[in-house]
Amino acid sequence: MREVRISLVGFGIVGHGVLEVVRRKRELLRGIGLDLKVVSVTDIKGTLFDADGIDPSILHGARNMEGIANLDIIGKEAIQEIDSDLVVEVTPTNIVHGQPGLGHIEEALSSGKHVVTSNKGPLVVAYNHLQEMAQDNGVMLKYEATVGGTMPLISLIEKNLVGNEILRIRGIFNGTCNYILTRMMEERYTYSYALTEAQELGIAEADPAYDVDGIDTAGKVVILANSIFGMDAKYEDVSVTGIRDITPEALNLAWERGYHIKLIGEVPALKVMPMLVPRRSPLAVGGTLNVASIETDLSGTITVTGLGAGSIETASAIVSDIVSIYTSRQIDG
Amino acid sequence: MRLSMDLELQDIPGQLMQSLEPFKRYKGNIISVVHHRDRKTPRGTVPVQIVFEIDPSNIENIKNHLEENGIVVVRAGEDRFIEEISVLLIGHVLHTDLGDTIDRIDSTGFAEVEDLSLRMPGIEEPSSAYLRIRATGKEEIAKSLSILRHVGAEKDLLVIEPIEAEKI
Ligand SMILES: NC(=O)c1ccc[n+]([C@@H]2O[C@H](COP(=O)([O-])OP(=O)(O)OC[C@H]3O[C@@H](n4cnc5c(N)ncnc54)[C@H](OP(=O)(O)O)[C@@H]3O)[C@@H](O)[C@H]2O)c1
Repeated sequence: MREVRISLVGFGIVGHGVLEVVRRKRELLRGIGLDLKVVSVTDIKGTLFDADGIDPSILHGARNMEGIANLDIIGKEAIQEIDSDLVVEVTPTNIVHGQPGLGHIEEALSSGKHVVTSNKGPLVVAYNHLQEMAQDNGVMLKYEATVGGTMPLISLIEKNLVGNEILRIRGIFNGTCNYILTRMMEERYTYSYALTEAQELGIAEADPAYDVDGIDTAGKVVILANSIFGMDAKYEDVSVTGIRDITPEALNLAWERGYHIKLIGEVPALKVMPMLVPRRSPLAVGGTLNVASIETDLSGTITVTGLGAGSIETASAIVSDIVSIYTSRQIDG
Repeated sequence: MRLSMDLELQDIPGQLMQSLEPFKRYKGNIISVVHHRDRKTPRGTVPVQIVFEIDPSNIENIKNHLEENGIVVVRAGEDRFIEEISVLLIGHVLHTDLGDTIDRIDSTGFAEVEDLSLRMPGIEEPSSAYLRIRATGKEEIAKSLSILRHVGAEKDLLVIEPIEAEKI
């Protein structure tokens, strides 16, 4: 049995999901030879640490570390001090400077710990630098959850499509925009009405700019460009148009002519813009779904779709990444 | 010379084969036959478009032969515009001189706006226009799109292109 001591950094929606998935899948994971032990949970208030693995009942119902932390170190210091094999980095995204995640990931990699993250910021800002660091320290940096949430895109390309040249990836990478456009089309809602509905349902943030202006999608486009296409792209290199100017009339007009309007991200072209998607196209998925079409030289075009966000869904992608780090190592050795 | 013909066939077996017969007889080289079974006319006939190459002096013979067999020839002529694309514009489409927008495409000589629908929800509200552009080839479609992007930037219109266009 391989014991994996995990430090969880960030105790929000995704952090809670990770703890839940690790707890629920404990037996299944043991069945494949992995004993995942969360030895620390850190947020902005402090750190809860237990070298034998944190007892889930202590965390039950807790929203943050206030009152349950037993160490007053956080951030890089906590990552450095705590003896663990792997850091799960799930703090808030900032795609301008990548912090605090960037510092956390650098610290973890340089102290020889694997990193699995759902945080786009550090990867948008410094993907190539971080992968080099991982390589230099003999560890892995995995990030499936940053693009398309639970939808297996990076691993599909790296594992199943290995040997293929990837010519282009196009898709819907933001469930919030997809939800808003879907509701506008189906219910003839105005943009602002559909946005309000999405906010009430917790699908959109109070400040929706990050999603509806295409910033989030552009961040994912940068991650795909650098990771799959080996580019050295920056956020500023992406030409971005969001969905604020789409009207229900336009959606209706498009529909009558056989099209949906979707916010499409495209790599390696580095573009994010609303596009007409034929109704019968595999990219024409609705609701909060994400979708990606991968155009390859050998396998033709392969399309995957799935939920782009959600606590358990995102956590499932994180746990898959953890498992793949240890299972691919077994093959190596 | 490359020509095209729009026909309407009765929806009965054998009609399509019968309609192709005179093309053979007058040594036409058929390039494509598009049979719009899903777009029946109100008369119950099925539209068919045939693109072919032929010595133009034979076109009248073919038309006569078809009509003698009860096939309606809706249009016959030179087919210059073989590629098409749909584009949607959102913004003050009308107040930014829609005529001029269309003319920028039509005046190229290699493309034209063939179909146009408008939605105008209210005076101050942005309107939407659907355009179908036909052009003499894929490259010309790409050029027309680039003209529209330009016009869009100039007139503050959001230009929404179809995903297929990217293949060009
Ligand atoms: N939610 C999703 O469905 C989803 C899907 C894909 C990717 N992601 C990405 O995953 C990451 C986490 O998302 P989330 O929804 O879980 O966010 P969240 O609910 O806002 O949680 C973020 C957590 O990080 C903590 N934190 C903030 N600064 C910190 C620091 N310096 N050190 C340690 N902890 C810190 C926060 O603590 P406080 O609350 O005390 O500030 C909070 O516990 C984000 O980067 C997000 O973009 C989310």
